[in-house]
Amino acid sequence: MPRRSRSFPLKGLFVGLKTTARIFLQTMFPKRGIKTLLPAPTIGAVTVQYPYKSPPEVPVTRARGVIALKSENCTVCMLCARSCPDWCIYIEGHKTKAPPRRPGGKERTVSALDRFEIDYSLCMYCGICVEVCPFDALFWSPEFEYSETRLADLLHDEERLNEWFETVPEFEPYEAGSVAKVRKVPR
Amino acid sequence: MISSVLAIDWSNYWQQSIFRVLGAAIFVILGAGTFVIAFLFKMMSYMQSRLGPMEAGPHGTLQLLAEVGKWLQKEDLVPARADRTLFKLAPYIIMASTFLVVVVMPFGPDAYFVSVDTGIYLALALSSLSVLGIIIAGWASASKYSLLGGLRAAGQLIAYELPMVLAVVGVVIQAGTLNLQGIVAAQHQGEIFGWGGIGNPFILTQLVGFVVFLIATQAELAQPPFDMPVAESELVTGYMTEYSGMRFLLFFIAEFASAAVFAALAATLFLGGWAIPFVDLDDNVMNVVGPIVLFVKMMLVGALIFWVRFTFPRFREDQLQAFAWKALIPLALVNILATMVLKVAF
Repeated sequence: MPRRSRSFPLKGLFVGLKTTARIFLQTMFPKRGIKTLLPAPTIGAVTVQYPYKSPPEVPVTRARGVIALKSENCTVCMLCARSCPDWCIYIEGHKTKAPPRRPGGKERTVSALDRFEIDYSLCMYCGICVEVCPFDALFWSPEFEYSETRLADLLHDEERLNEWFETVPEFEPYEAGSVAKVRKVPR
Repeated sequence: MISSVLAIDWSNYWQQSIFRVLGAAIFVILGAGTFVIAFLFKMMSYMQSRLGPMEAGPHGTLQLLAEVGKWLQKEDLVPARADRTLFKLAPYIIMASTFLVVVVMPFGPDAYFVSVDTGIYLALALSSLSVLGIIIAGWASASKYSLLGGLRAAGQLIAYELPMVLAVVGVVIQAGTLNLQGIVAAQHQGEIFGWGGIGNPFILTQLVGFVVFLIATQAELAQPPFDMPVAESELVTGYMTEYSGMRFLLFFIAEFASAAVFAALAATLFLGGWAIPFVDLDDNVMNVVGPIVLFVKMMLVGALIFWVRFTFPRFREDQLQAFAWKALIPLALVNILATMVLKVAF
């Protein structure tokens, strides 16, 4: 156990008071030089007045902003829609014939996506759909500025979800020594 | 003592009463409002490198009006099993004790509501009336959180009433009077080793008393680090849990108004009250300047109280009691003893 310094009793109380006073003064009078006495808390505080000023650009990793879709990868397997806790993903599709992989082969049956919509007024950002998707069709994007004045406008259709895909960042590299391969975003 | 108001002969009883009620209301509302905006909203935010409310008015100065408007609109809920009469009465008792203390406060040579010979005694007695309101609120709510909060508050307020009174005794011994106006005069006419330049504000000689008084004030107001009665992590908000709307607003105003009242009391007892050096005590100007001077001193003491409030974490219940009985009361007694000896010596 580290020995406590016994400089004088109740020292901690004064250290605490000094700390709050220091931060108060830093926030209140952030300017230097002759302007020190001009209080400017909006500059000194860490808080950013968001709607009026844009937040500082910080690289957000694994941010849960909005869910992006890559339609080409979707096989209409419905795993995301079924795993969604509040059923806010709507998927419709139909079976079609696709040309054979090799010449002379049999025609394949594939599912084509007709409708893919996420209702963000219901979504609770749990991310289960992104986790469960086996075909790399759903990704998290850090974009968050998509609030609407009408509730119904929060239903993002396939086209809009595909637009979000352009904002999906690359996956972060894992820690040193990790055996798992880093996932790639299928651009 | 003649109870005169602003040197006008208010012979009419009702005129005088209305004036006192209005004056006390202005002091309570102004005091509570300034304390909330300046300290709770702004100083606390800046101490945490935040900005606090910024939307209502310039830099959020009108935020309190918006909050009051919100509270007034809320439904006045009474729990089903509550003692309805007592439940509704409790906030008014607390409010009344705050109001009554203002009445004995001097603001200038003639600017006072009542000048009682035993002013400080009355003020402390009236301020301890709020314990009654808190116990009633805790009991009448029919809620376990309220009851526990009320009991804790009762234990705490009674424990800290004693060091507060004992701290004041030192001042009273030195001033030789219980009258608040007399205490102000004693500080203004006092001398520091024969030099009467700035008088003798009792904070110089009664520093121990001042510190004990402020700590006891902190506990009387039930605010951190002595906020065991309203400890939100275990008791929701203690005795205020079941209150909503207008009645909660009354509790809220009473809390910060009594902070203002205690700050003004500390300013009167230890910082020289409404008097300023080099200006004669009977000068008629002081009737106007005095309240402003007292307000500035009140804000200084208030800043000190709230600085401590926003810095320290909460005491445990047993630590809280031990601190009052084992540290503050002996300290105040030693202070009284020293004051007595020095009073005789000089």
